[in-house]
Amino acid sequence: MKQVMNGDFAASYGAMSALVKYVAAYPITPQTLVVEKLSELVADGEMDAVFSKVESEHSAMAACIGAEAAGIRTFTATSSQGLLLMCEVLHWAARGRLPIVLANVNRAVAPGWSIWADAQDSISQRDTGWMQVYAEDNQEVYDSIIMAYKIAESPDVLLPMMINLDAFFLSHTSEVVDLIDKKDIEKFLPPYEPKFKLNPSEPHAFNALTSPDHYFELTYKMHLAMEKAKKRITEVGVEFEKMFGRRYGLTESYRIEDADTVLVTFGTIAGTAKETVDLLRKEGKKVGNLKIRVFRPFPQEEVCEALKNAKKVIVVDRDYSYGFEGAFFTEVKSALYNKGVMKPLYGMMAGIGGRDVSTGTLKEIVAKAEGEDPKNPYFIGVKL
Amino acid sequence: MNEKKKDLTLSIPKEEIMQPGHLACQGCGASLAMRYALKALGRNVILDIPACCWAVIDGPFPYSATGVPIYHTAFETAAAVASGISNGLRSVGKSGATIMAWAGDGGTFDIGIQALSGAAERNDDIIYTVYDNEAYMNTGIQRSSATPHGAWTTTTPVKHFKKGEKKDLDSIMVAHGIPYMATASISHPEDLIKKYQKAAKIRGTKFLHVYAPCPTGWKSDPAMTVKVAKLAVETNVFPIYEVENGNYRINIKPSKRKEVKEYLSMQGRFKHLTEEDVKYIQENIDRKWDTLLKKEQYFSSKEK
Ligand SMILES: Cc1ncc(C[n+]2csc(CCOP(=O)(O)OP(=O)(O)O)c2C)c(N)n1
Ligand SMILES: [Mg+2]
Repeated sequence: MKQVMNGDFAASYGAMSALVKYVAAYPITPQTLVVEKLSELVADGEMDAVFSKVESEHSAMAACIGAEAAGIRTFTATSSQGLLLMCEVLHWAARGRLPIVLANVNRAVAPGWSIWADAQDSISQRDTGWMQVYAEDNQEVYDSIIMAYKIAESPDVLLPMMINLDAFFLSHTSEVVDLIDKKDIEKFLPPYEPKFKLNPSEPHAFNALTSPDHYFELTYKMHLAMEKAKKRITEVGVEFEKMFGRRYGLTESYRIEDADTVLVTFGTIAGTAKETVDLLRKEGKKVGNLKIRVFRPFPQEEVCEALKNAKKVIVVDRDYSYGFEGAFFTEVKSALYNKGVMKPLYGMMAGIGGRDVSTGTLKEIVAKAEGEDPKNPYFIGVKL
Repeated sequence: MNEKKKDLTLSIPKEEIMQPGHLACQGCGASLAMRYALKALGRNVILDIPACCWAVIDGPFPYSATGVPIYHTAFETAAAVASGISNGLRSVGKSGATIMAWAGDGGTFDIGIQALSGAAERNDDIIYTVYDNEAYMNTGIQRSSATPHGAWTTTTPVKHFKKGEKKDLDSIMVAHGIPYMATASISHPEDLIKKYQKAAKIRGTKFLHVYAPCPTGWKSDPAMTVKVAKLAVETNVFPIYEVENGNYRINIKPSKRKEVKEYLSMQGRFKHLTEEDVKYIQENIDRKWDTLLKKEQYFSSKEK
């Protein structure tokens, strides 16, 4: 059923369609609409779940952890400061191997207070053990949440997944979203039945004191799970396409086969980048775009394969690892190095704090890379 | 009259749910507290335990001494995780087990108070136990806001012993309007067990504050843990009372309260106190007891 809705509502409907049973959440701009919609859906009985409006994001994640450990499918949503407040418990969810799904509206981190699009929030939680997906449009937000449960709950994955959507560009922008019928969801997504859960008739202690004799192995198993997750994301994407006609993988290539210059982008900038590619192609420039959809696990093989023929690679980051460069740029560079693929790489910082990244901005970025040798990172459009 | 008789005949359940082999220090009050609480609640229990001594006492992976499911969790999350377990199970119609957060005084009076207040305000269906050993023992005896005036800890060294009163968390919890708040002590297991059994039957947030001496941190004789706890009750240092739907009831009223000196002198953590300090402490105890008597007088249900 097609409906016009903003990205926040797409996230709410994603959770409802995925038959989530427990939601604990705390409001923050621009995620508030997710929480409001979910509380309404639950109160109206449209969604068969319990909703807790808890007293903080920290407790939202902690409550999801408790419910998920009891074998219940849970969901929460947050943004920026809220995600940062969760940091410790994000680790607990991941190392506790709880396949919780969280929608994060990518928003800049204070100070100064800013509510605009910026991926600093999720990037700074990169090493919490969460899988991370960056959506380009509202349909992708909705579909990704449904797929997330199937991927995360796979017995050989059991890792939580964060679905990121850009503040306002998605969260408050209305688009057509095709919602999936419950009976089709039931065919696609099996019920959540973890092997171990909190159950008085089969008592276990979870997360107990762990000596160096075991801790290392637990970390290694997270590594294996992340590797497995790459396969599952692809498999589930194929299955999803078969049933619902929309395709999602780890990455998405756009006109890169013969491209000399390839832009590497994520989130809504990927959409603008595709448009820019078309414009530049009209000017006779062989440009393509590689959208990185999944940031963790990082799709190193797919990235290298996609970039192997490019003469120049430009990575656009709406985030910054203070003292070095953009996080996507670092990952792309190290993925290429790992596979022995060497070529000029340009790390472009753009759109920080919600500054507009237009086709004009991306054209400027391509022109810069054409005219100069790399000296990374570049800060595009800084006015001092 | 009838109820009194019932009190006297109440016995402690024989079944041991908590098993030997745990890692508590000798004379640990907190381990006794768990033993009695589980005797009261039986096996249909799910526990969550934040960072505290009990995160160690239960045993390292792959051991567990407790005999019921335990979810170890972050220091400040005991109440929120319990809320999640309780509400999650309710979402699929599987309520029935007692969901209990089991935390130390640091995890409750200090870092966990926000999550606790949230759970209590939502009146989530959980039992929250704070076993109170009046300091951060797991990390080596640092003061908490449950540390009483006069006590030595490693962050309130002798020359600069803790100044200021123990936070009155019981009143804070009562002020949330939860259906049940009770104090209990490992020195009075029948009272403690009765309170857990009562709490398990009440829906909503139940807060149980259990006095649990720590010989290691209090510098007291491990063989004297129960004696120390008993003296805390007999001196009115730790009054045993309950507040059910706003109605106060003092469960144990010492016929003649003992001098606090007797209680203090059994513990190395107080040995630096001068007579004047002790006098100050005594006055505070008497004043607080008086307040409690008044609360009982003014806020108690007619049927007793
Ligand atoms: C966020 C966080 N801060 C600090 C700690 C370190 N820590 C672990 S247990 C503890 C003290 C626990 O004290 P209390 O709750 O009174 O329990 P007890 O150890 O006395 O049983 C502290 C400070 C931690 N685990 N997590
Ligand atoms: Mg303590």
